Amino acid sequence: MTGWSAHLAVMPVALPMLAAAFLLLFNEDRRRLKAIVTIATVAALVVVSALLLQSVSAGSAVPAWVYVPGNWPTPFAITLVVDRLSAMMLVLSSILSLGTLLFSLARWAWAGPRFLAFFLLLVAGVNGALLTGDLFNLFVFFEVMLAASYGLLLHGSGEKRVRMGLAYVAVNLTASMLFLIGVSLVYGATGTLNMADLARRLSDLPPENQTLFAVASAVLGTAFLVKASMWPLGFWLPRTYAAASAPAAAVFAILSKVGVYVVLRLSLLLFGTDAGAFAGFGADWLFVGGILTVLFGTAGAMAARNLPYAAGCCVMISSGTVLAALGFGTDAALGGALFYMAGSILAGGALFLLAEILEREAPEAALAADARVFADEYEDPFGSTTVEENGPVIPAAIALASAGFLICGLLLAGIPPFAGFIGKLTIFLGALPREGSLSGAAWTLIAVLTLSSFGVLMTLLRFGVAYLWTPGDGTKLPVVRIVEFSGIATLLLACILLTLWSEKGLAYADGAVSWLRDPGAYVRAVMEHQPWHGDASPGNAPQGDTP
Amino acid sequence: MELMLAIGIGVFAGSAVWLTLRPRTFQVIAGFSLFGYAVNLFIFSMGRLKTDAPPLLEGGGPVDPSTYADPVPQALVLTAIVIGFALTALFLVILLALRGFSGSDHVDGREPGE
Repeated sequence: MTGWSAHLAVMPVALPMLAAAFLLLFNEDRRRLKAIVTIATVAALVVVSALLLQSVSAGSAVPAWVYVPGNWPTPFAITLVVDRLSAMMLVLSSILSLGTLLFSLARWAWAGPRFLAFFLLLVAGVNGALLTGDLFNLFVFFEVMLAASYGLLLHGSGEKRVRMGLAYVAVNLTASMLFLIGVSLVYGATGTLNMADLARRLSDLPPENQTLFAVASAVLGTAFLVKASMWPLGFWLPRTYAAASAPAAAVFAILSKVGVYVVLRLSLLLFGTDAGAFAGFGADWLFVGGILTVLFGTAGAMAARNLPYAAGCCVMISSGTVLAALGFGTDAALGGALFYMAGSILAGGALFLLAEILEREAPEAALAADARVFADEYEDPFGSTTVEENGPVIPAAIALASAGFLICGLLLAGIPPFAGFIGKLTIFLGALPREGSLSGAAWTLIAVLTLSSFGVLMTLLRFGVAYLWTPGDGTKLPVVRIVEFSGIATLLLACILLTLWSEKGLAYADGAVSWLRDPGAYVRAVMEHQPWHGDASPGNAPQGDTP
Repeated sequence: MELMLAIGIGVFAGSAVWLTLRPRTFQVIAGFSLFGYAVNLFIFSMGRLKTDAPPLLEGGGPVDPSTYADPVPQALVLTAIVIGFALTALFLVILLALRGFSGSDHVDGREPGE
């Protein structure tokens, strides 16, 4: 990438951060201005991430390129790496945030102060974590993302949210401590935090430091798996997501996938087949943990008593599927899992939004904000008269919600004809050996994924019957605004497009996997990066921001 | 010095784990603060312990890096302190909000047995 387009790589982080700072300058009453700025930012992010995706997709010459904000020579520079995996995750994060944002603008964005600023900071943190090529900046972006997510989780107030917020912050603080311990152990053992440099140095790590590095990887892995909500570290996820307001929960669907992304990135980069003593480090743990996560998520979904809880369990199932496929180890299965993850992120987000619409019929369930601590700041999103006048109402809301629910349900369960089925089928095909009999691991993977499909299908059927099919008295139909529905429609449209273009999508996912299987290429792309204008002397380089 | 530091980190971390598992929110927050100290000291120690070694190079001429302390862990500690401080403040707000809602300082929002 040359010229102005080289700066595109920093936009997914810089744009939302600047926009969030800008929003803070204005009073909460300037709703139109805030809404326009936020929509413009997120729409720009969709365009930028699509351009980034195009720059690394199959037709282009470079599968990855590097941007160094301080223009220092690598590996000392702060590096942002755009490659097939990060570009794909960026596109998913942008589309999910656009849909969620449109939904929230109808009322949730105004239910408390500074929702949009938190929202943009969350997007900046997620995008930064996806782009960075450096472990410590990964920590910083994780903290940006988590700090914003604490604000979003508490948005709307109410005792349930605050109680779950306390648990969520406690779990994540503990995970962050583990993250820091892991990062510093990695530095102590290898003397670098740049991922590419780390992968390069790992092959000739002195034996006395190998145990230290193994401990560091295990501690770091635990921290990431807490975020990816692998069983038994993911016990907090469904209840927390169920307590959050709908748009917050929907955008959280990408948070656990950031944990999965980091596990994918680091285990394929550092523990590939040519990593010597560390080849395949932790793969068995990931496989067993992933399988147990899928089982736990399925059981949780079947036992769920409200739809957001079941949606949270579906988020866990999709994390578990990717982790199990990663642990299983064949390229084809992993490609299918990436494709399944893309669909399930979008459908999971849409399901949280639909759940809020469907549960509006029972206001006492949705309305947690019955008491206030900060009475001057929070207003009840359902009781306020000013919010009610917000745009035209969709006719036949139930019919549209049913259609959306059907698409989400079929996609998450992995039933034809949607992308979830194609992804799961590819995982199965990847698990089947070309010749000879099935291994025990392949049997387990196929059986558990099939079982979880049935479980999710049964759960969503149960909720579908309860919310959509059972005739009510006809007086309490949910009121859905066009802007809300456009948010859900964005996500569903993305799901349908993903299904229609599944051949391209699968080819892209396979390309991403074969790129990830070649850590040497990543290392070369980062280490051979030349600073701009060939001016490599650190003395003349502009000062980068210190970590 | 290594023994002193190791014991210090161990005592901090041990107390922190015990406190974060306690039922009262204030004990939990005190636990996280202690955890922060333990982790910060640990990061610092990963640059190897040295006495009388400055982390900044003096200008001009080639230098012997072995006479200097490693500056990277110190920079990492600084960031970790700032982030930890901010999150402790946030945790304190949530703690007070929960106390306001439930009238109890138990982490579950209600007294055991209620």
